[in-house]
Amino acid sequence: MTTETMEAPAVAAPTATPPHPLREFWSYFSANHGAVAGLVVIVVVVLVALLADVLAPHSPYITDTTIALKPPFWQEGGSLAYPLGTDPIGRDILSRMIYGARLSLLIGIVVVTISIIIGTVLGLVAGFFRGLTEIFIMRLMDIVLTLPSLLLAIVIVAVLGPGLMNAMLAVALVILPHYVRLARAAVITETSKEYVTAARVSGAGTMRLMFREVLPNCTAPLIVQASLGISTAILDAAALGFLGLGAQPPSPEWGTMLADAREFVLRAWWVVTFPGLAILITVLAFNLLGDGLRDALDPKLKRS
Amino acid sequence: MLRFIFTRVSLIIPTFLGITLLAFFLIRLVPGDPIETLAGERGIDPARHEQLLKEYGLDRPIFVQYGIYLSRVLQGDLGKSMITQEPVLNEFSSLFPATVELALCAILFALVIGLPAGIIAAIRRNSIFDHGVMGISLTGYSMPIFWWGLILILLFSVQFDLTPVSGRIDVLYYIEPVTGFLLIDTLLSDEPEAFWSAVNHLILPTIVLGTVPLAVIARMTRSAMLEVLGEDYIRTAKAKGLPRFRIIALHALRNALIPVVTVIGLQVGVLFTGAILTETIFSWPGVGKWLIDAIFRRDYPVLQGGALLLGVVVMSVNLLVDLAYGLINPRIRHTR
Repeated sequence: MTTETMEAPAVAAPTATPPHPLREFWSYFSANHGAVAGLVVIVVVVLVALLADVLAPHSPYITDTTIALKPPFWQEGGSLAYPLGTDPIGRDILSRMIYGARLSLLIGIVVVTISIIIGTVLGLVAGFFRGLTEIFIMRLMDIVLTLPSLLLAIVIVAVLGPGLMNAMLAVALVILPHYVRLARAAVITETSKEYVTAARVSGAGTMRLMFREVLPNCTAPLIVQASLGISTAILDAAALGFLGLGAQPPSPEWGTMLADAREFVLRAWWVVTFPGLAILITVLAFNLLGDGLRDALDPKLKRS
Repeated sequence: MLRFIFTRVSLIIPTFLGITLLAFFLIRLVPGDPIETLAGERGIDPARHEQLLKEYGLDRPIFVQYGIYLSRVLQGDLGKSMITQEPVLNEFSSLFPATVELALCAILFALVIGLPAGIIAAIRRNSIFDHGVMGISLTGYSMPIFWWGLILILLFSVQFDLTPVSGRIDVLYYIEPVTGFLLIDTLLSDEPEAFWSAVNHLILPTIVLGTVPLAVIARMTRSAMLEVLGEDYIRTAKAKGLPRFRIIALHALRNALIPVVTVIGLQVGVLFTGAILTETIFSWPGVGKWLIDAIFRRDYPVLQGGALLLGVVVMSVNLLVDLAYGLINPRIRHTR
């Protein structure tokens, strides 16, 4: 980004030099205020997750029943020592949410990384070899898509046993078909183009064609889907946590925090409100970012 | 037309086989011996173990076992619940109407609000209303609905005491199930208050379950309308001097509805996913809550059979939507 200074043409050129791709991308992206807001929120969440040890006023695990269910500081009985109040066993809610940011981002990134890698490879294979391989892979993906996503994730977790690791695997499997379909569709449009033929004629092997020639040209839709995938992953993992199938207590995962707090909804609104708000804001930010990326990266939608 | 129906129907056979394979092998992934898993924590004596192994065909090769399973499924035998000893199919069919009732109300709620909101947003593109609708719908789309349910309970049940916290109807009433849909059954009964109790219990779950479809429908309607409004025949209609309402209601909306109908069909899967969470929050006695309870009771036959049945329901609805889509839109029918 630092080498972006454009040289002024010495001679007045008949046409202006095209802007650097990154700069062009940014000019489209920054025109979308929602997307920029999403990006800002994500940066904040990332910073909070990275600096959790510094930012959190208390440990997310230490319980102290003498201060159980303290309300937030602006309500009577609350204190600034526990700004967002405490949960039923006296843990600081703010600190748990700060550490929860770590978990949620981790979940989002791990899940999407797993399914992007597997999904891209499967999609490339399906798009390149066609025939039976393609039918087999795509039918399998259709079946996964037919089943309601959370239902499949729930069944998988129920079978493998509850826990964060299994929940992440289940969600990764559930969102896999989107990447396979995208990668395959992109490969099929790309392989008919001349640069691929040129590469093939000059003797490039299948592996090289797949990963060096075609893949870099299919990245735009994959990046968009990755951003949207992170939001689905965070949401579904939190839902699993809420159902008691994801991260297990005392882990400060946002969905799990809600599950713990459910029975106190009638007595203490704050134990329920804040963790869910954190999920909503983070998921919304990734959706906004994904929409903005799609508008900025997808040439078909440009200037429409 | 027959050919179109035939290809679409035949396409679901591999999907159905796939779902049964999935249901069959997933249960095999449960660590430990299947008979001991089925027997639960009480354990089982070796002779009975041997006998059950034979009875379930578990001593045969795995593909024969799958064949046995498949033929049982096709005869409607999905096993018995380990807890109640009731056939899974019976339990499912007695609970399913509750889920369908909730899902229908939710989709109705989503349509009644989402369609007009999307249409007006498209007509007044870039107005404050448009931005508002898009903002709210993106928020709705990002909503963790299990939290949304709790917040609504907090607001309407705790703060204002307007709606009940859980259940389908007040415990005061006993309604003989006729159709399984409480809204109809209560009207058939001679207690008019029971109907209002049922309605009252439905409000919050309907809003919670309808939120995501509402967001999707509003967005989809808006973009479909925008696309159609840019077409030449709309310009022609305007040039002819037709009234604005007529152009929008007759010329634009009818064509814009085609993609919207498809999206509504695709929301069925989303609805069942949401129903699992909604029913858990509101203790709604439907199949979603039943499945979650089965997980915590380690009732594997219910989990296996219930997931399979839900998968088949979603598959069938998708097929119907596909066929209906072909009927509405001749272009689809003739391309394949």
